[in-house]
Amino acid sequence: MYKVEVIVNYKPGILNPEAKTINNALHSLGYDSIEGVKAGKFFELDFPEDMEETEVEKIADEVCDKLLSNPVIEDYTFKIAKES
Amino acid sequence: MKKVGVLVFPGSNCDYDAYYAVKKVLKQEAEFIWHKDTKLRYYDAIVIPGGFSYGDYLRAGAIAQFSPIMERVIEFAENGKPVIGICNGFQILLEMDLLPGALITNDHLKFRCDDVYLKVTNNATSFTSEFNKEQIIKLPIAHQSGNYYAGDKVIQKLEDENRIVFKYCDADGQITEEANPNGSLRNIAGIINEEGNVLGMMPHPERAMEPILESTDGVAIFESLLEI
Repeated sequence: MYKVEVIVNYKPGILNPEAKTINNALHSLGYDSIEGVKAGKFFELDFPEDMEETEVEKIADEVCDKLLSNPVIEDYTFKIAKES
Repeated sequence: MKKVGVLVFPGSNCDYDAYYAVKKVLKQEAEFIWHKDTKLRYYDAIVIPGGFSYGDYLRAGAIAQFSPIMERVIEFAENGKPVIGICNGFQILLEMDLLPGALITNDHLKFRCDDVYLKVTNNATSFTSEFNKEQIIKLPIAHQSGNYYAGDKVIQKLEDENRIVFKYCDADGQITEEANPNGSLRNIAGIINEEGNVLGMMPHPERAMEPILESTDGVAIFESLLEI
């Protein structure tokens, strides 16, 4: 089957209070070498293996835009892997 | 007698407050509309109430936007009929693109439940006509994702077209950073669409309808929109 791994994260320049808080927590634990933290969402979408990869890509892109991300504040990337 | 439809999603929790506000306080007709319904009866206005539709999974309002009834709600709005989205209802309207922008997590990350002051920055809308120009009102808020964000161009357009209806302010009406409860750009608490018939707001007018609730400033919003 196809496994599509989707990462959704805030667009650059949009303050993500959660990532900032995690960053502060890491610094208070003494990990001062960490310069920045991003915190987003991860999804895995499974598709049947008899599908065309181009179709998988088209649907994945569509659902990322329509539901999994909010284009006003978020960007998404995904990669498709075929597993046997 | 006016008739208001109140949408109900799994996880809505201000639906009964809105129903009560219309039915018991304003003595008008109110009816619940289940999110899986596919037909709308006649309504003078629709309320998308607050709460945690679908548990706020994914993003607040993200899943509710695709409920079957929402296609009818879009038609209702496109026909120029008034729709008010309160709190989670505002989040849903933004996800549906009936209003521009997004509501992200409060800048301090906390769930904030409090009374706040608002300046009515536009009293020439069908939701605020009962208010005086720049009237200072007090309404409760209760949210964790009320931090209004939009790109610079959108914000400028909202300002230019006078579509920001409420801004967070202090008791004297000063729009300050300290009076901003969630980090919203320009202290935005509520906006309307270009046509002026869809309002989204984070504060809860339906919870400020009777003296026992310490504020009756919500009454004017419902009276304005129902023209009663």
